[in-house]
Amino acid sequence: MARELSARVISATVKELFLKATVLLPQDMEEAIRAHQGQGGLEGYVMASILKNSEIAREENIPLCQDTGAAIVFVQLGQDVHIVDGFIGEAIQQGVREAYGEGFLRKSICNPLSRKNTSDNTPTFIHYDVVAGDSLTITAMPKGGGAENASLIEMLTPAEGIEGIKKLVINHLRKVGRNACPPLTVGIGIGATLESVGVLAKKALLLPLKAINPDPTLAHLEAELLVAINNLGFGAGGYGGWVSAFGVHILTMPCHIACLPVAINIQCHAARHLEVQL
Amino acid sequence: MLQGCQSIRTPFRDNEHRSLRAGEIVLLSGFVYCARDAAHLRFQEAIQKEEKLPLNLSDETIFYAAPTPTRADGSIGAIGPTTSSRMDTFTPALLKQTGLKGMIGKGFRSEVVRDAIFSNRAIYLGAIGGVAALIRKYVLSVRTVAYADLSAEAVLCVELVDFPLVVVIDSLGNQIGA
Repeated sequence: MARELSARVISATVKELFLKATVLLPQDMEEAIRAHQGQGGLEGYVMASILKNSEIAREENIPLCQDTGAAIVFVQLGQDVHIVDGFIGEAIQQGVREAYGEGFLRKSICNPLSRKNTSDNTPTFIHYDVVAGDSLTITAMPKGGGAENASLIEMLTPAEGIEGIKKLVINHLRKVGRNACPPLTVGIGIGATLESVGVLAKKALLLPLKAINPDPTLAHLEAELLVAINNLGFGAGGYGGWVSAFGVHILTMPCHIACLPVAINIQCHAARHLEVQL
Repeated sequence: MLQGCQSIRTPFRDNEHRSLRAGEIVLLSGFVYCARDAAHLRFQEAIQKEEKLPLNLSDETIFYAAPTPTRADGSIGAIGPTTSSRMDTFTPALLKQTGLKGMIGKGFRSEVVRDAIFSNRAIYLGAIGGVAALIRKYVLSVRTVAYADLSAEAVLCVELVDFPLVVVIDSLGNQIGA
């Protein structure tokens, strides 16, 4: 039995998700910052500022960051959902258009070559998964340019293996981590293909901050990388300190026998994302 | 943390910025210009063609920032620094040709920029990224002064009061943590 869902409801939901996600610091991130606010010096001042910022943003309904991001949406569409009153893709674009327009969010999307602004922050970057069931799950992720610029996809060789992955992550974070608004969350995709590994890394950023990988090998690798990143010493705010990252999350998929794709997607301390199930 | 910090006022006509040292916190007040990628590209084109810039940058400070739009009720948007290193390619010529003295952004700069800061006796100040609702509290006014067609990337003049910043590179080329 198909369940009917109106495109108008999808539009209104997407709008509300972006209006909230740009203003509200995710609770797990807020807790992590609160747990580290005792740090002294500049790093402690940065932590206190992040908490103060979250409070002002929430109370005055002001975005946490001036970079209200590229609008990324993950859709899990139950195969028993039948969408009426319009097309789902356009409904999502309309929701984003209204959120960025009426919400006075910054329009940060432009033609890649002429650099002319599209003026309404569309297109939205939508990732669809068709799943079992009759519900629709939408995740909104306003993603800032600074942390996205600090991200990377590399096609390693199978011979480089797990040691090669560690070297890639640490060397890369040493180079760019301090500019990407730490404390960071690091999403890592391993395996799949060029286009899919990037999506894996991005989906890894949607996991709860404290989530422990169900695969013991990966859980160990995540813990090892987190310690190594914190030892780089750029710290909260990037001007020196010992809380450079709060979490490393890895998602994997099998890959071709010739390949070892690795994607690193960096998330800033605002870590904005919000999910709803319809 | 901010108690007992030095205060400084833009523009740096009397070289007040030269007494600041890397690693210090400073409270900055006065007018600064917000400009980022697209505006810097236009500055560069104007300099290369030996045309006049639409604003006088002598002794002034650029804030690498583009706030969210001012709301219908006139309230100022969220504002904060973008990654400064993207402007590195434009900075040496800007310092040399315009007399620009201060830059505010986030993150570190290239060696070439550090050298240019030293040779032009300029200064680079770091703000905290991602706390734009808080930084907005240090902003008194915002108005567009050039390149309005660049929409989000237009050049703005922003008045700041006691905006806390870290001296990342001082006028002698010293860098925080180095």
